Amino acid sequence: MKVLVPVKRVIDSNVKARVKSDQTGVDLANVKMSINPFCEIAVEEAVRMKEKGVAEEVVVVSIGVVQAQETIRTALAMGADRGILVQTDADPGPLAVAKLLKAVIDQEQPKLVLMGKQAIDGDNNAVGQMLAALLDWPQATFAYRIEIAGDKAKVTREVDGGLQTLELDLPAVITADLRLNEPRYASLPNIMKAKKKPIDIKEAGSYGVSIAPTLTVVKVTEPPKRQAGVKLENAAELVSKLKNEAGVL
Amino acid sequence: MAVLIIADHDNAHVRDSVNKTVTAAQKLSGDVDVLVAGKDARGAAESAAKIAGVRKVLLAESDALGQGLAEAFQALVVPLMANYDAVLTPATSQGKNISPRIAAKLDVAQISEIIDVVDNDTFVRPIYAGNALETVKSSDPKKVITVRSSLFKAAPDGGSAAIESIDAPAAPAHIHFVSQEVVKSDRPELAAAKIVVSGGRAMGSSEEFKRVIEPLADKLGAAVGASRAAVDAGYAPNDYQVGQTGKVVAPDLYIAIGISGAIQHLAGMKDSKVIVAINKDADAPIFQVADYGIVSDYKVAVPELMDALTAAGK
Repeated sequence: MKVLVPVKRVIDSNVKARVKSDQTGVDLANVKMSINPFCEIAVEEAVRMKEKGVAEEVVVVSIGVVQAQETIRTALAMGADRGILVQTDADPGPLAVAKLLKAVIDQEQPKLVLMGKQAIDGDNNAVGQMLAALLDWPQATFAYRIEIAGDKAKVTREVDGGLQTLELDLPAVITADLRLNEPRYASLPNIMKAKKKPIDIKEAGSYGVSIAPTLTVVKVTEPPKRQAGVKLENAAELVSKLKNEAGVL
Repeated sequence: MAVLIIADHDNAHVRDSVNKTVTAAQKLSGDVDVLVAGKDARGAAESAAKIAGVRKVLLAESDALGQGLAEAFQALVVPLMANYDAVLTPATSQGKNISPRIAAKLDVAQISEIIDVVDNDTFVRPIYAGNALETVKSSDPKKVITVRSSLFKAAPDGGSAAIESIDAPAAPAHIHFVSQEVVKSDRPELAAAKIVVSGGRAMGSSEEFKRVIEPLADKLGAAVGASRAAVDAGYAPNDYQVGQTGKVVAPDLYIAIGISGAIQHLAGMKDSKVIVAINKDADAPIFQVADYGIVSDYKVAVPELMDALTAAGK
């Protein structure tokens, strides 16, 4: 089975995003960039499938700027086999990304697309579902546990109030939630080995897919700041404040 | 312009998030219909019909809709969109599961988790875990929108809309429901509760989490939440998680106990009306957003709080 894992280069999850003073976006100059944490979980799951002999090949795809090759290398160091960079300096939205991924999938013909449920920059939580719709494939979002048996995937999903288990006929799209696994740290020898693994670089324009955005950003602003309140001495004082000052008890 | 809302419901009733999404929809149009799709869901349709401002309720029932399969919702909603200019879904796990599929089939962008409606084409939504707010303008002919419902007031009851049954699509191929485990609780639902009591990693074990957090929540009639650190450590089940990767809540009162206040947790609760923090570390970031803080070990502060609540007649 061939598994395709889309990955996104995003601001490192430990870095606080700062809004640019001209309100055109978030300042990414000289900011540490990393693989999106949910994408990393998807890569880990795909590599584990390969180690168990369930998957033969793990192909990593990133859509974005030339530096996204570093993100692909991160995945290759974890154990993926090869990479594809669909290069564009535009910042395509979820639907455009889904269309480009569909074009890649039409060529690569994977049995399974395994990807993060959401990128921590745009917080859209949409590409996996959109891709499944465009492909007319079944989907299982927010995966907590995945078992592959033959041509079927049994996926337990995190839903509001509990867990749901679905059985999907492959090919399918599965999106990873936080508790699917804990990604490994790549070892130094594997990081060195990853440098020799192939990355195919393609121009986004070469797929003949329209990625012109229909959503334009008017402005990006700081959220209203909450003021730090008062520190109280004891619980009796707290209850009195909640009752008489805040009126919430 | 006419707007369709895809209801979040438990077949017997629509959830409070639907009342809140009606308020968001009314900023777009006076013609707001609600789709209740499920199985044996007439009760939910009846509760949707009572929401003030709802024009009509559509009721579609099948096994696949009852199981919440995104493929079934796509097949149901995409043809209905011939009659609507926008479809709004509360951004619950189910809403997030189904809405992008509908957007892709309509070949339009999804506008995710809006917190405000500026005009019929312009919306505000949080990005970067709520560290920035993005105002976006859509040129799509139809809008597919998910709504962070905690940021909108609930539309009151008082309506009497007609309920119209519509045909459900055939069951989708290639996907089969196996099972669902739902955690039963007598406490209010986390996303809709007026008071939330949350515990963090400081609890140290699931027994301690239960011993400390649950009695306080029950005394206040509150829902129980947890930080991601507490959930990852196994002290609390995953559906308790408040934060960017869990539930986003905005209750009247949020009490954070032994929670340091990581960015990802703050993203899930900073819109609460009043925030209380109890933490023994005076420098914990949670105090920067808390209206009232007590710098103390929870082992001391929580029993004192229980006594003070009892003394106050709670």
